[in-house]
Amino acid sequence: MANDSNADVTDDSQWPLWEVFTQSKQGAPHEHAGSVHAADAEQALQNARDVYARRGEAISLWVVPTSAIVASMPGDAGPFFDPGNDKAYRHPQFYKVPRGVRGL
Amino acid sequence: MDQKPQATAEDPVKLSEFEARIAAGESIEPKDWMPERYRKQLTRMMSQHAHSEIVGMLPEGNWITRAPSLRRKMSLIAKVQDEAGHGLYIYCGTETLGVDRTELVDQLLDGRAKYSSIFNYPTLSWADMGVIGWLVDGAAIVNQTVLAKASYGPYARAMIRICKEENFHKRQGYEIVATLANGTPAQKAMVQESVNRWWWPSLMMFGPSDKDSPNSAELLRWKVKHKTNDELRQRFVNLTVPQAQAVHLTLPDPDLTYNEATKDWEFGEIDWTEFYEVIKGNGPCNRERLEARRAAHENGRWVRDAASAYALKHRAATGTEAA
Amino acid sequence: MSEPIVAAPRTTAVANPLFEYIVRMADDRLVLGHRLSEWCGHGPILEEDIALSNIALDFIGQASAMLALAGQVEGKGRDEDALAYFRDEHDFRNALLVEQPNGDFGATVVRQFLFDAHSVLSLDALARCAHPQLAALAAKSLKEDRYHLRHSSEWMLRLGDGTAESHARVQRALDELWRFTGELFESDAIDTAVAAQGIVVDHESIRARWHDIVADVVKRATLTLPGNVPMASGGRRGRHSEHLGHLLAEMQIVARSHPGASW
Repeated sequence: MANDSNADVTDDSQWPLWEVFTQSKQGAPHEHAGSVHAADAEQALQNARDVYARRGEAISLWVVPTSAIVASMPGDAGPFFDPGNDKAYRHPQFYKVPRGVRGL
Repeated sequence: MDQKPQATAEDPVKLSEFEARIAAGESIEPKDWMPERYRKQLTRMMSQHAHSEIVGMLPEGNWITRAPSLRRKMSLIAKVQDEAGHGLYIYCGTETLGVDRTELVDQLLDGRAKYSSIFNYPTLSWADMGVIGWLVDGAAIVNQTVLAKASYGPYARAMIRICKEENFHKRQGYEIVATLANGTPAQKAMVQESVNRWWWPSLMMFGPSDKDSPNSAELLRWKVKHKTNDELRQRFVNLTVPQAQAVHLTLPDPDLTYNEATKDWEFGEIDWTEFYEVIKGNGPCNRERLEARRAAHENGRWVRDAASAYALKHRAATGTEAA
Repeated sequence: MSEPIVAAPRTTAVANPLFEYIVRMADDRLVLGHRLSEWCGHGPILEEDIALSNIALDFIGQASAMLALAGQVEGKGRDEDALAYFRDEHDFRNALLVEQPNGDFGATVVRQFLFDAHSVLSLDALARCAHPQLAALAAKSLKEDRYHLRHSSEWMLRLGDGTAESHARVQRALDELWRFTGELFESDAIDTAVAAQGIVVDHESIRARWHDIVADVVKRATLTLPGNVPMASGGRRGRHSEHLGHLLAEMQIVARSHPGASW
């Protein structure tokens, strides 16, 4: 692995990691499909398509550098996610709706 | 790599909470607390699995250029490509445990990492393409279906994707076997000869006997494995014998007998000497497999460097953030 | 190896020009797909192994469909496998470019790029031709080949404008493969014959547009376009380089060892 003064030379790597989100059909949300390695965004998109969509599983792809993702911490789970746990009105089950009404 | 020298140095409260989560069948995710030992075992298990997929491309890749029909040619390329994809999914899953793929690749290439011993056998005829799909993928499926319920979330999720594709591979393999078994005398001889070579190595894919398997107990307790080696091996034999009978192929085991009471096909003694020799690196193709991977890696270095250099130049030019 | 740009006149009449025409396209894709499949398990990085396999699959799929059509047009009962596995070298009609060995990844990229740039233009014309099945095949293949061109163009840029080493390798490959590009634009009695059937691909117009695409990418890749060189020729008439014989020997051996067998 060269470490000379040539600005072009980089340490050998498997390229940075990107997360892939795919949309399976019109109207569906993009869902996390997995990751790929790529050196640039265009390549990440092509690699994502080759790895996660080559059998027509997706009509749309998003790729994001893994380092750009900000995630909640598992330790936050309680206070972060459950403020409404003791408040029944936040739950849709509270609202009784006639059976057979779609789209709710 | 290990910051805590012994498992007992882990926080006992956290440890018992962890064990309780496992017992409750919960999914452990990348940022959850986990014992160092769990992290290490999973990293080892997942990376070994990924390496196996990658090395596994080589024995089958060997026959792509000689596939005897366009349809078979395309199927085989697609299968090998799927294996690359499987390796990729699992490497990515392993990376969530805090190791870079560059390090994982290095471990494989300098001989520090293990991979499934089955891929150290040579593919010597076209019939091997059918037999590998049927027996080797068949054995992998028996091993892997239970992994879809592994306690580690990223591994379980990768396995769900993989199992779907593997079922297809096994069916394709069996279809090739059936076609040959029902073909010309030369084709029949070709496939029987192939089965004679691949049967015992397929049984060895399930690993050592339970009594000789050091990691199993721990992996079972952590619900990373759900069945023992011997249980899975027996399941595979029971599934496979009727499939061989259906196409009038014999299995090279004179001791194979059906036990009416247990409903098991009892089989002969595995040659564990061969098993351990192959694991140690003395199988027919161990050197060739690693050499091929090393060559690909070395020959690709300038390509990877070029792509990195290009990305660096253009990030500077456009100011866009990349990883 | 080098012959004049204008194809020598045929000494024997071509019985079925449409058959020959389709076989030319089919053989290009079969041979190129086969070459790309040689990379399986040996690519520079896992993701690229998958990408190259995808492209190989696309081409072999296209070849299979085209050979099937050719077989129908010929009307002698030969299907795609009969044509792929039981023709000898002198009956193959692929361009010399696609039978060249893979070389390093750079050479593979250059070969691919030069072919893709031509393919999208010629398929675009064919997708509008008067033969409905051929037009449909061309349209489907065009979609795939547009993606291939995107892939190969991006790699030309990455390698041409990457490191000093990658630049040198790709420039060398470009210089060496340039002499095989002329053949892509050859026109002969077969083209004339199928034009009468409403299958028209204007080679001169395509050559100019191909040149624009190639020159643009080459420039952005900081590479140098090779100068005029005598162009190689012969593939379209079954006169190949020594490479094709080895390629076909490997490709056909199992099928030919068991004539009449099903796989």
